[in-house]
Amino acid sequence: MSIFEYNGSALVAMVGKNCFAIASDRRLGVQLQTVATDFQRIFKIHDKLFVGLSGLATDAQTLYQRLVFRHKLYQLREERDMKPETFASLVSAILYEKRFGPYFCQPVIAGLGDEDKPFICTMDSIGAKELAKDFVVAGTASESLYGACESMFKPDMEPEELFETISQALLSSVDRDCLSGWGGHVYVVTPTEVTERILKGRMD
Amino acid sequence: MKIDFSGLESTAPLCGANSEMFDGISTSPSFQIPDTTDFDDFQKEAIQMVKPAKGTTTLAFIFKEGVMVAADSRASMGGYISSQSVKKIIEINPYMLGTMAGGAADCQFWHRNLGIKCRLHELANKRRISVTGASKLLANILYSYRGMGLSVGTMIAGWDEKGPGLYYVDSEGGRLKGTKFSVGSGSPYAYGILDSGYRYDMTVEEAAELARRSIYHATFRDGASGGVASVYYVGPTGWKKLSGDDVGELHYMYNPVEPTVVEQEMSEA
Repeated sequence: MSIFEYNGSALVAMVGKNCFAIASDRRLGVQLQTVATDFQRIFKIHDKLFVGLSGLATDAQTLYQRLVFRHKLYQLREERDMKPETFASLVSAILYEKRFGPYFCQPVIAGLGDEDKPFICTMDSIGAKELAKDFVVAGTASESLYGACESMFKPDMEPEELFETISQALLSSVDRDCLSGWGGHVYVVTPTEVTERILKGRMD
Repeated sequence: MKIDFSGLESTAPLCGANSEMFDGISTSPSFQIPDTTDFDDFQKEAIQMVKPAKGTTTLAFIFKEGVMVAADSRASMGGYISSQSVKKIIEINPYMLGTMAGGAADCQFWHRNLGIKCRLHELANKRRISVTGASKLLANILYSYRGMGLSVGTMIAGWDEKGPGLYYVDSEGGRLKGTKFSVGSGSPYAYGILDSGYRYDMTVEEAAELARRSIYHATFRDGASGGVASVYYVGPTGWKKLSGDDVGELHYMYNPVEPTVVEQEMSEA
């Protein structure tokens, strides 16, 4: 079994009208054994920028700490928050530093940029950026997520509909994956507010 | 009167070639051995090709009133869930049940085959086969295919002239008599609940609840188990299906959640 599938994860981000949503499952497992059902894979960098780290949990936490460290240094020097595009380049650079011994993570970055334009992007474990206009997925349930998002996504959704869509896509996808699920975690971000919701899901 | 010795016959072909002579005469199934020089390697590849329904939780136990049999219903291929509605409890005849763990096709085929043999025994001897006899029939067949890649982990549970019976039989040739078994990737979790909650003098309702709860806890911890927890009871009058509960709903029945904890809003910063 691949090291990317050791802990299991499901991660998805979607763009709406002047807003975005990012969602993940809540399982932390060791192969087939479920160890925790309140695991965090999505992290807030600042009010309009979130990063989700799928893959190996230990690397996700380490990588998150390094990202926070670098972002704080940037804030001190520049006296402002990082733009999502800049942050994506930072993540990419940090990942490529470990080209021959990578972090076993596939990040998903979602944020609001200049004039609150939504930005989403994903990357492989060594930092190859993949920008998307509609949605990005990652984790052990990524195949099912592609299918669900492909059929449920509509452009320019309002925050409420976006929440419904991303939640349904996540919940139906993880029901086809042994290694992810056990509830969901959804953030919907608009220029004025951040809504965080915990989803009840199948616990098997 | 002729005595039926067919139960003693091996169903596996003892010689691969030269069996055309007997084709159509033998009533028991026999299979061709693959024509290959590297038999072990061929087996390994073949096993990898047909391996759904690997992760499973099944259990069965004897108590005062009879035998309780329960199982989940998930079939997985690697990390992918291929079905959430598999029948893992196989009805061999009105007094006997088999459980399915390991290869789905192997289990289904050999349980059906066992059903035939049991019926034949019944017609020849004018009485139903004992659980001991039936399990031995299956174990002997599986033993004759040992090392050829069959994957079966089953429990044969039933009621015969001696009362309740329960055997564990596997494709390695093992056959164990017992009062409490659990088979599959979720079995350690199921045993945890089963061992701590088991009493011989339970009522049917108590036993059914223990079985259901054991399956639920296994599906919660084991990624390869899930779907529906079905519970069967075998008593003096034969088997009866008692319940089939969606585990997704069972979780929130066993762990009620108050909405305030579930939902929280982050304030605007």
